[in-house]
Amino acid sequence: MKERLEALREEALRELAEAGDPARLNDLRVKYLGKKGALTEILRGMGGLTAEERPVVGRIANEVRAAIEGMIEEKLRQLREEETARRLKAETVDVTLPGRKPPAGAIHPLTRVTREIEDVFLGMGYTIAEGPEVETDFFNFEALNLPKDHPARDMQDSFYITDEILLRTQTSPVQIRAMRAMNGRTPLKIICPGKVYRRDDDDATHSFQFNQVEGLVVDRNIRMSDLKGTLLEFARAMFGPQTRIRLRPSFFPFTEPSVEVDVTCVQCGGSGCRMCKHTGWLEILGAGMVHPRVLEYGGYDPNEVSGFAFGLGIERVALLKYGVDDIRNFYLNDMRFLRQFARM
Amino acid sequence: MKVSYQWLKEYINLEGIAPEALAEMLTRGGIEVDTVEQRNRGVSNVVVGHVLEKQKHPDADRLSVCRVDAGTGEILQIVCGAPNVAAGQKVPVALIGAKLPGGVTIKRAKLRGVESQGMICSAKELGINDRLLPKEMQEGILVLPEDSVIGTPITEVLGLDDAVLELDLTPNRADCLSMIGVAYETAALTGRAVKLPDAGVTAGPVKAADRIAVTISAPDHCFRYAARYVQGVKVGPSPQWMQNRLIAAGIRPINNIVDITNYVMLEYGQPLHAFDADKLGGRIDVRLARPGETIVTLDDQERKLDPDMLLITDGERPVALAGVMGGANTEVTDGTVNVVLESAAFDAASVRRTSRRLGLRSEASLRFEKGVDPSRVVPAVDRAAQLMARYAGGTVAEGVVEAVVREGEPAVVRVPLAKINGRLGTSLSAEEVEGIFSRLGFESGLSADGVFTVKVPTRRGDISIPEDLIEEVARLYGYDNIPATAIEGSTTAGRLTGPQAIRRALRERLADAGLQETFTYSLTHPSRTRMFTLLAEGAVPIRVAMPMSEDRSELRTSLVPSLIDAAIYNRNRKNTDLRLFEIGSVFLTNEERLTGLPRESHRIAGLLTGSRTDAQWNVKAEPVDFYDAKGVVELIFDLLGLSGRVRYEAAAPDNLHPGRAAKIWLDTGAGEALVGYVGQLHPDLQRKEELDDTYVFELALDELYAHADTAITQQPLPRYPSVERDLAVLVDRSVEAGGLLRAIREAGGDLLESVDVFDVYVDDRLGADKKSVAFSLVYRHPERTLTDEEVNDRHAAIVDRLARAFGAELRK
Repeated sequence: MKERLEALREEALRELAEAGDPARLNDLRVKYLGKKGALTEILRGMGGLTAEERPVVGRIANEVRAAIEGMIEEKLRQLREEETARRLKAETVDVTLPGRKPPAGAIHPLTRVTREIEDVFLGMGYTIAEGPEVETDFFNFEALNLPKDHPARDMQDSFYITDEILLRTQTSPVQIRAMRAMNGRTPLKIICPGKVYRRDDDDATHSFQFNQVEGLVVDRNIRMSDLKGTLLEFARAMFGPQTRIRLRPSFFPFTEPSVEVDVTCVQCGGSGCRMCKHTGWLEILGAGMVHPRVLEYGGYDPNEVSGFAFGLGIERVALLKYGVDDIRNFYLNDMRFLRQFARM
Repeated sequence: MKVSYQWLKEYINLEGIAPEALAEMLTRGGIEVDTVEQRNRGVSNVVVGHVLEKQKHPDADRLSVCRVDAGTGEILQIVCGAPNVAAGQKVPVALIGAKLPGGVTIKRAKLRGVESQGMICSAKELGINDRLLPKEMQEGILVLPEDSVIGTPITEVLGLDDAVLELDLTPNRADCLSMIGVAYETAALTGRAVKLPDAGVTAGPVKAADRIAVTISAPDHCFRYAARYVQGVKVGPSPQWMQNRLIAAGIRPINNIVDITNYVMLEYGQPLHAFDADKLGGRIDVRLARPGETIVTLDDQERKLDPDMLLITDGERPVALAGVMGGANTEVTDGTVNVVLESAAFDAASVRRTSRRLGLRSEASLRFEKGVDPSRVVPAVDRAAQLMARYAGGTVAEGVVEAVVREGEPAVVRVPLAKINGRLGTSLSAEEVEGIFSRLGFESGLSADGVFTVKVPTRRGDISIPEDLIEEVARLYGYDNIPATAIEGSTTAGRLTGPQAIRRALRERLADAGLQETFTYSLTHPSRTRMFTLLAEGAVPIRVAMPMSEDRSELRTSLVPSLIDAAIYNRNRKNTDLRLFEIGSVFLTNEERLTGLPRESHRIAGLLTGSRTDAQWNVKAEPVDFYDAKGVVELIFDLLGLSGRVRYEAAAPDNLHPGRAAKIWLDTGAGEALVGYVGQLHPDLQRKEELDDTYVFELALDELYAHADTAITQQPLPRYPSVERDLAVLVDRSVEAGGLLRAIREAGGDLLESVDVFDVYVDDRLGADKKSVAFSLVYRHPERTLTDEEVNDRHAAIVDRLARAFGAELRK
């Protein structure tokens, strides 16, 4: 019996060594160790052994079982390793090939700039006021201290629809509407972004349709110095903390005093370059203290309150900020242009 | 206004202030100087020469050989090609070694074998803008006055050692349309004194009043009219220095009479006109034109006049368009002997109307339109008379003949010191403010309670209210000296309104979903305002009165045509895969002619064409279809919390594919509202515009703002397991999935958590006109585990409902 067990061990180990896949190993396990397997078969003959022989044969039988099981385990481990190695090799990718990108869109550069400006002023406690793009002559001109025969309002320069209705030439009418909505209450702190229209021939720096943002603050004791402080803070938020501003006297019918506001050149920082025509300064804003007549049109008593107002062109800022050389690009919607604004 | 630096020096001491420094000072003070131009563009060693003799060149028809005395001690032989050169002329001669603009150096040369010891120059060669010179001098050499002194440097003769400051004036500062005005401004900035010209006249024995009478019959349009009478003038060229100054200012020299009126206009800002007194007669009446009246102006054009145009007449016939242009019938010519000089204050609006309507704009009308200083009417006419006596040999008749409706009174404006400091955020002392008024030449007094009373000279017609004075103080004190402060007073919270927040979120979501935002024009072609009118029913397109082109003549009624135009633009540049969106206003009215403002409706629109994704090495480029566009629309409704309230109805709106378009309805709680559409462009339109299959949508945002449900309430996560079942039914192809889904939801009731379509299969093997639609259903009870029986019952009810309502057969 001992001999048969030894022969069984030898045969099993030889067959296991040749097995090449887990299924074959399983078959062999059944063949040798199963309920009807070879080992069980041999052990059925145990009844014919003496009491002395039994433990010895039993021990040998256990050794044979252990040897076969051990071999199966070892063989399985080996096969798994080979399988893993094969799989890793087969699954290797070329990491230098491009990835599969989800489609990317972008917000228009004019929206980006508008939003950036809005965010600066929202942070300073302003709200955003809006108004119609088709306006009455009264709100667009008259209430802004531009009476009918004023030289600054040439019919040729505006898109009139009727004698009394036109496409707004500035976002200032929103200021009048916002003031009136306050019914004399203060403080009023708004910015008014939006589209405006002027009868200008389109060229690299002019567009008959463009966007403005205007700001208005009305309260007791608003001072020119507040305007200066506000615009300085805005310029620094927009163009960087080193930015300086410069106020130059100017004229607008709706403000008095009126100023034009230069900021240090975004390109050279003030040392002078082609962009700023070697002056170190870029003209960005028009501003001033609200004209008493405009306050009156807005329903305020100019002896009780004062205010400041300012305005700037979105396209102008976008041209400077992104180095765009032709304003018409903003309205052509060429994908090759717009896609350049997909970054954060 | 072009200001000669050398000329300005006659009215104010500019020592130590170079032209560039003056320009910077004026600009910072509010008078913007656009350019500072050196009149000498690089001329040296060019002198006055006298042409003694001119002979034909032996070998060249067009050249002549001149013998010229240029004061060098020898007679120079110079070859000249100009047709107008002649013996006896005084001319500019570039000597050997002379430099001309553009880096030209004159060398000894032989021209066709004849030696030339220099060059006789044209104005252009000297770097002078010859546009203002007579034609023969533009084509040939510059001929100088006979009294020019031989050997004098030409820079001196032509006043080239000068700089010209070009002012870009704001409309309120018409006072700086004169040399004296600029001098006053410079005085205010520097604290130096203004020297006014001497306008003293030595009169002859004749009394002007005996020769001319003046009346004003239109007192609303002419406030003051002054005339002087100058006898025995000799019309000829004006002195070279005067011509130089006129040219520097951009005005063409004509003759001494005309030049003097222009010179005084530049000096005082008061336009003048000279009539030939003998053609005029003895009367001047200022009146409005009569219906049908005409005048032939100095440019020989016959002008038809409107009854609101102001005229100067000789009592009967028009002799000038007041403030705009003189009449041909009284023009000063070479034969003129006696002159009537006009200096007047006309109504600004009247002059502006007339000059605009006739398209006649002149230096004179420009000044009248902005308002002239009434106090200079008489000094200006005196000064002109004085110069005519001096430079035209005239004798000035005694006295100014005047008609005065009203004299200009200086404005008196009061402003408290506290208000000045309060508005500016400064702490100026009374002395500082008084000093500023004094530099401006404004008389001021301060009351005990701190109120300034300021007498504003009539030259500053722009100052009438306290704020005007505050501005003067601010600009002379200097904006750089005003501090930067923060607003005091109550704080406010900055926040977006609901619609503003919605628009921001929409832009971000769509960009993140791969769509590109566009900005298009609100004005478009009339053919474009009559398309995609589903959301603009009954709207009449609004046309602007004076469009710049037909392409930009009407306000848009839909955003979709603008996106189509953007697609065409891109298609032409081979950008064919497009996913565009725009948020903007459309303009709607029912009125044929607007009497009130139109309705401005906010819209969001999108356009998809080409491939769904960019072609990549591992992604097949698949064309977009209807469901890509509808998916974007669903994304929008998801964002706004409205998906459960939207219904898509197959429809055929204009310009859309009738089998691939839907109207979009929103359940508002009070019925359904049409809020948009989605669909493919009609194949005819695609063919016409040469576009591939293109899908668009447009939604009325105003309607969505009102119903958006953006308040988030978290729902508890399910605690009991769900049961998932699939269901496939065979139905007629015409049956819409939307109806099936609605029926399933209704029959599924509260146990049905969700239902989705997971397959639609069309095949003739299923039966003609049949299709298979497969759904996956999820059942769940919030408070317990469902039993198989419960689910089976509910599922069977759904199948039954589909069978009855749609004739659906269950597929096994």
